[in-house]
Amino acid sequence: MIRERLDPAAEVLARAEVLADDLEMRSVRAFKEANPTALVVGHMPIYAPRPLFEALGCLPVAIFGAGDQLDIIRGDSYFQSYICHIPRSTIELGLSGRLESVDAMVFPSICDVIRNLGGMWKLLFPDRLSIYLDLPQNFDSAIGGRFYAGELRRIARELEKKGAKPLQAEALLLAIADENRRRELITELDALRREDPSRVRASEAYTVVRAGAALTARAHADLLDEFVTAAKQRHVRHFDNVRVVLCGSFCEQPPLALIRSLEKAGCDIVDDDFQLGWRMIESAIEVRDGEDPVDALARAYIEQGRPTASRYIADEIKGADLARRVRRLPADGVIFAAASFCDPALLDQPMLEAALRQQNIPFTSFKFAENTGQFQVIREQAGAFSDAVKLWGANV
Amino acid sequence: MAIAATDVSKDRSQARQKRMIADHFDKLEHAKETGKKVVYTFVPGNLTELIDALGMLPVLPEINALQSGMRKKSAEYIAEAEKAGHSEDVCTYVKCDIGMLKSGNVSPTGTRLPPPDLLLLSYTGCFTFMKWFELLKQEYNCPVVMLHVPYQADGMITDEMRRYIVDQLEQVVIPAMEQVAGKKLDMQELEKRLALSAKAEDDLVAVWESARHRPSPIDGYFGGVYYIGPIFSAFRGTEDAVHYYRELREEVTARMATGEGPTTPDGPTTNEKFRIVVEGPPNWTHFYDFWRMFSREGATVVASTYTRVGGLYDLGFRHDSRRPLETLADYCLGCYTNMNLPSRIDLIEQYIKRYDADGFLINSVKSCNSFSVGQLLVLRELEKRTGVPGGFVESDLVDPRYFGKANIDNRLQSYFQMLEGKKRKGAQ
Repeated sequence: MIRERLDPAAEVLARAEVLADDLEMRSVRAFKEANPTALVVGHMPIYAPRPLFEALGCLPVAIFGAGDQLDIIRGDSYFQSYICHIPRSTIELGLSGRLESVDAMVFPSICDVIRNLGGMWKLLFPDRLSIYLDLPQNFDSAIGGRFYAGELRRIARELEKKGAKPLQAEALLLAIADENRRRELITELDALRREDPSRVRASEAYTVVRAGAALTARAHADLLDEFVTAAKQRHVRHFDNVRVVLCGSFCEQPPLALIRSLEKAGCDIVDDDFQLGWRMIESAIEVRDGEDPVDALARAYIEQGRPTASRYIADEIKGADLARRVRRLPADGVIFAAASFCDPALLDQPMLEAALRQQNIPFTSFKFAENTGQFQVIREQAGAFSDAVKLWGANV
Repeated sequence: MAIAATDVSKDRSQARQKRMIADHFDKLEHAKETGKKVVYTFVPGNLTELIDALGMLPVLPEINALQSGMRKKSAEYIAEAEKAGHSEDVCTYVKCDIGMLKSGNVSPTGTRLPPPDLLLLSYTGCFTFMKWFELLKQEYNCPVVMLHVPYQADGMITDEMRRYIVDQLEQVVIPAMEQVAGKKLDMQELEKRLALSAKAEDDLVAVWESARHRPSPIDGYFGGVYYIGPIFSAFRGTEDAVHYYRELREEVTARMATGEGPTTPDGPTTNEKFRIVVEGPPNWTHFYDFWRMFSREGATVVASTYTRVGGLYDLGFRHDSRRPLETLADYCLGCYTNMNLPSRIDLIEQYIKRYDADGFLINSVKSCNSFSVGQLLVLRELEKRTGVPGGFVESDLVDPRYFGKANIDNRLQSYFQMLEGKKRKGAQ
C-alpha cells in the first residue's frame, strides 16, 4: 500500500510484471478454460498479423523464448553452439509442455533460424499446426501486397480448418480498430518516456508492453491506458542521464535486468527496437471505403512497415532512418545491443554504424543472449559511454 | 600440410571446366573495354539464362569466396572485414567477399573483377543473401533489383508463389535488367538458352544416377562440386555447358564400364568400402584434406544435398523453354535450400535408400544457418527412419579457424570404424 501511495503506477506495473513473466502461460490456460472452443495462436518475433487471429476468435500469443527464467536442458541438444538462444528456449518451452495450450504456432520469415524452427516444430509437434508466414520483400501493393493478402487468407483458411471461427469482414474491422487503439496507447507511452524519461523508465515501458503478449488488443489497451494515466500522476525525480536509442534487439530479447543495468549506468533509453512487432506498422491501419480489411492489413504492412533488419530497404541508405530518429527524438547517442549469432542484426550493424558516423552520432556496442546473467561489464561499458557523451558529445 | 589444388589428379572434363572459367574471368576483366555489362548475383535461384540473353556477364560472389577459401586467401579477407567492423558471428562468405573487395577485388584466378553494373538480388532459401547485397550496395554506385522467392514451407510450390515471382520478373526484374543492358529482352533468345539448360541438366542427372552403380564411378560431394560448377554458375544455358556435361557423362560411363571408381586427389578409387550420403556444404579451406579423410578410408559419397542447392534436377525439374518465366520461377522455388526441414529429411532418406548408402554424414557449417539450424534433428530423424548410422562434424565454409583438422579426422575415423564393425557384424 505504501508503495502504491508513493507511486500511483505501482499497482498496474505489478500486474504487468506478472503477465510479462508468465512462462507457465497461466493467463493462456485461463483463456482456454473460459473459451474451450477458441484456438490459441502462438507467434514468434518479430511481427504477426494479430488482428487477423483475433478476428478468427483466436488468442494471439507472442512467444519471445524463455529469457533468463528457464534452465535449458533439452533445447540445447537440438542446436549447435553457434546458433542464437531463442530457438533453444522455445524448443524447451515446447518440450516441457508449457506451450500445450498453444494450438498453432506462426513462424514469420525473418531469418533462417526462425524459418527452420518452423520446420522443426512440424516434426516435433505433429499434432499442432505450424504455419510459416512468408512476409513479402516486394513492396509494391499490386505485387507484394497481393501476395501477402493471399498469405493472410491462406493462414485464415488453415486456422478455420483447425477450428477457428470463419473469417468475417466485420470481425476483422473490429479487431483492426482494437489494434489501432493499442498502438495509439503504445505511441502515447513512447511519447511520455521520450519527453520525460524519468517519468517512465524504459524497463517499465518494456514490461507494460510485454504484458500484452498473451492479451487481446482490447485488454492490452486497457492496461496501457491505466499505466499511462497513472504515470502522468507520478512525482518525478530527475536524473542527469544521457539520452540513448537502443538498437539491435531484433527478435531475441535482452533480460530485463540488462535494460535496468543500462539505466543504472546513466542511460535514458528514449527509443528502442524491443518487441518490434508492436510497432512494426507505423501509424494506424486504415481501411478504405469498400476495401476488404484483409487487403488493408496487407497494405499496412507494405506501405507503413518500419525499416528493420528483416525488411529489404531498396530506396534509402541503410541506417538513414536510425540517424533521423536520433535527431528527431533527440538522443545523444546509440547503443547497439544485438543477440549473439543474430545474423540480421549483426549484418545490419556495420551499415547502421556507417550512417551514424556520417552524422557524427556517437555509438557503442555489445552483444547479449536472452539468458545473459552477468551485467557488470555491460554496465561499465554503458557508464563509460554515458560519461564520454556527457563530456564530449558528438566527439566521442 | 595442405596440398595445393595443382598437385591433385583431375579428369579431362575438369580441364575443360578450368578453360571455361578462365575464359569467363578474362571476359570479366575486359568487360569495360568490350562494353559488356556485369551483373553480380547468387547461385541458388540464379537467373543465368536471363542474364545471358541480355548479353550481360554474371559474377557470383559465393563462388569467389569459396575459391578464395580453396586458394588460402579467405583468412586475410575475413580479417580485413572484421577489422572494418563485421561481427565474428556472421557468415564468412560475406566477410570474405567484403574483404576481397577491400583488398582490390582481384578474382581467384588473379584477374581484376569489374564493379557491378547491376546487383541482381535473386536469392533462394538464405536471408543472408539479402543482407549481403545491402552491404554491397553501400560499396558500389549501381542499381539493385530484388527477386523475392517465397519459401516452400509446406513442401510444395503453389500457383500463388509462381505468380508472385512471374509478376516480379515481368514488372520489376526484367525492366531493370533491360535498362542496364540497354536493350529489350528477346524472348526467343531466352527460350534458346532454356532449351540448352535442359540438355545439360539431362546429362547431369545421368551423372548423379551413375552413383547407384557399384562401385560408384563418381564422388557425389567432393567430385560433385566440380560437376555442378558450370551449371550452377555462369554457364547454364550455354553451348559450353552442354559440351561439358556430355563429356563428363561419357567419362563417367566409361568408368562405370571398367568398374573404376571416382577420381580423387590421389588418383582413381579402387576400393569402395563405404557408400555415404552427405548433408551440408563442404569446408573450402581444407577441401582436399577433408576429401582425403574419406578417400583414404575407401568412403565414396554417392549423393549429397549441397550439390542440389542450385537445382534439384534429379527430382525431375528441367528448364522448359515453352513457359520461360514460369520455368524460371519453378527453378528458383525448387532449389534444395528452399525446401523445408521435413522435405529435406525426406530427400536425404530417399538418397540413402536409392543409392544404397552405408551411412550418412552431416557437415554442419557455422556460417550457414540456412543449412545448419535443425541438422541435429535431421540426424535423429534419419537414423530413426532408416536405421543407417549418421555422423556429425562441424566446420565452416571459408574461415580456417573453424576447421579442426585433427578433431574432424578423429571423428571420421571413429565413424568409419563403426561402419566397418556394423558391416562385419552384418556379414556374420
